[in-house]
Amino acid sequence: MTTKLLHAVVSGVLGGGVYALMAVGLTLIFGVLDIINIAQGIMVILGAYLSYALSVHLHIGLFVGLLITVPAMFIIGVAVQWLFIRPLSGRDRTSMSLLACYAVAIIIEGVLYWAFGPNYVILTASYITSSVHVFGFYLPYIYLYGFAMAVALVVALYGMLYRTKFGRAVRATMQDRTAALLVGINVNRVAALTFGIGVAVTAVGGMVYGATSSGFNPNSGYDLISRLLAIIILGGLGSIGGALAASVLMLTLESIVDIWSPTWAVAVFYAALVLVLTIRPAGLFGRQAVRAQ
Amino acid sequence: MMSQHARMIALAAAAAVATATVAGCGSSSTSSSPSATSPKAAGPIVVGASLSLTGDFSADGQAFERGYQLWQHDVNAAGGILGRQVKLIVLNDASSPTQVVSNYDKLISTDHVNLTFGPFSSLLTTPASAVAARNGLAFIEGAGGAPSVFTTPANEQAHNVFDVSLPIQDEMVPFANWIKSLPASKRPKSAAYPMAQDPFADPPVQLTQQTLHQAGITTVYSKIFPAEVPDYTPAANNVAASGAQIIVLGSTDVPTVGAFIKAFQQQHYTPKIFIAAAGPDQGAAFTSAVGAGNANGMMVPNAWYGGSPNPQSQKMVAEYIAKYGGTASDVNADVAEAYAVGQVAAQAVKATGGTDNKKIISYLHSGTTLTSVQGSVKFDSLGRNGAATTYIFQWQNGKFVQVLPVGAAGSVKILNPKPGWVG
Repeated sequence: MTTKLLHAVVSGVLGGGVYALMAVGLTLIFGVLDIINIAQGIMVILGAYLSYALSVHLHIGLFVGLLITVPAMFIIGVAVQWLFIRPLSGRDRTSMSLLACYAVAIIIEGVLYWAFGPNYVILTASYITSSVHVFGFYLPYIYLYGFAMAVALVVALYGMLYRTKFGRAVRATMQDRTAALLVGINVNRVAALTFGIGVAVTAVGGMVYGATSSGFNPNSGYDLISRLLAIIILGGLGSIGGALAASVLMLTLESIVDIWSPTWAVAVFYAALVLVLTIRPAGLFGRQAVRAQ
Repeated sequence: MMSQHARMIALAAAAAVATATVAGCGSSSTSSSPSATSPKAAGPIVVGASLSLTGDFSADGQAFERGYQLWQHDVNAAGGILGRQVKLIVLNDASSPTQVVSNYDKLISTDHVNLTFGPFSSLLTTPASAVAARNGLAFIEGAGGAPSVFTTPANEQAHNVFDVSLPIQDEMVPFANWIKSLPASKRPKSAAYPMAQDPFADPPVQLTQQTLHQAGITTVYSKIFPAEVPDYTPAANNVAASGAQIIVLGSTDVPTVGAFIKAFQQQHYTPKIFIAAAGPDQGAAFTSAVGAGNANGMMVPNAWYGGSPNPQSQKMVAEYIAKYGGTASDVNADVAEAYAVGQVAAQAVKATGGTDNKKIISYLHSGTTLTSVQGSVKFDSLGRNGAATTYIFQWQNGKFVQVLPVGAAGSVKILNPKPGWVG
């Protein structure tokens, strides 16, 4: 049983890295724009499909392909913000942005159905199905790479936020949009670039999700979004490190419970969320604390 | 800036939208005929069906649509039924049990269809058939074989459900019998039974578990996992850790099987025997998702396969390949199930001289044996096809072949043990 438990913990931690890659963009966008990008799930799938298309049609490796998919998703993100989010204003902006993002999700889903059809596809590479034997466990390379990328991405985003001029503008906008405007920050530009970055990092999450999942089709994004929302709420809305911590916590918990009851494993995922929010309503790394940093 | 309160309201709204979307209530669209006119005596026979063109069952739903359309094309090319052309209305239920009810309400009340054909999956057939029952319509379907579909109060009263396919409860019996028939020295010692929480997937696996347990095969894993989770890896890892020699997977679709195969590869674990309730019967959709090499040795129960010697099936397969390409092994079993629904309905309409559903229900319960691309069809009092024969199929070097029962016409030698994973 100890071996099983240890294996579950290791699997959960590594799986948490994959979810962190998908969730950081969502929490970053919320932190700056105060909107919930309900299209994040389909954006993940879009990123996976871009990697798939490059891999199958142009024979470009999954990691090399990120050099193309990340900028492509950045442009898509900026375009979505410009076309659908920016025009929204007034008191109903946040709730209307939900509908706008939902519309974006439906549009992208329709395009993907048109382009790729309904059949499930997979990303293939030797490191996806192979694994390394460590301390009696087989650890899949793709999960190890995914976790490493999640940590690197979080560090990079922190570096951007706290070591660059643009990062200062982003944090100022996060703390007080009106005050940021008053000190001369172009908040519209910050919002567009942040949305673009949030979607761009999703390209990485999409590739790793596509490589670790059992297959994906244009509908797969809907199974993800509720989990990603739970992760960013638990981690603390707007907290990038919180997204990583919450992903690891949730997936580890789920993996452990799965030993006894796979049915309850999913329920525990959300039960943990409720429990933590009861004790810490702002999440593990609540936004108030984040904004005070 | 928004207040914390406003943010939480927005978040709740987001969760609600996400939940509604996951439930598949997002969209509905019409394909084929955009609208239906009220039926006239000499007008077309209007057939209505709800299919999962998007959502979790979209791969199966779209394959089913191809089957219905292929049948419609063939029957109209042959002059229609009783000289009347067939008009097919397909609505998209987005894989939602709620939307499927609305769709059949619309098909019956607004489009005034003459006949209702079933959706994909037992999960959707159960609520959909109740709508047809309320309106006195026969509900001929090909993908609702779970025991719970037939024992609803609506069907026990109206007796309107007719499943042209195999009743799923006993579909793995030839497999269990084959295991039992193996000499003790060659018989596997342990088995794992992971099952998706689905009315279709579990009954045959549970029956197999019971049979193999009585045969002395130790159960090392038997758990039900949710059917709709993005990641089956934890459950698959636990199955791999059990080291079972036989895997009997209660799967509903290709991704479920794919997840287990991928996790088994990562864990360097290959069971000697691997059978899944659904997934490997999906033709090219399966091999493209798991890789042709990994499909090798995978088994699945069914009543039909692309290489079936049934002349009606051969004609349908040839037409399908001419239209969509591929090989006989690539044809999804859903296509045959849908096509068979149309064939049975056509025979009932011809026999009763029209589309009076009361007469059709009575005729289909009369004990008459009908024909279809899947073989003979004969309904019992609850609409189960008692004439269907269960076979076990296996992927062997890129071909989908019949392997069980041993000695049955068309059965070839089974590949045992299953070859290792590749790639």
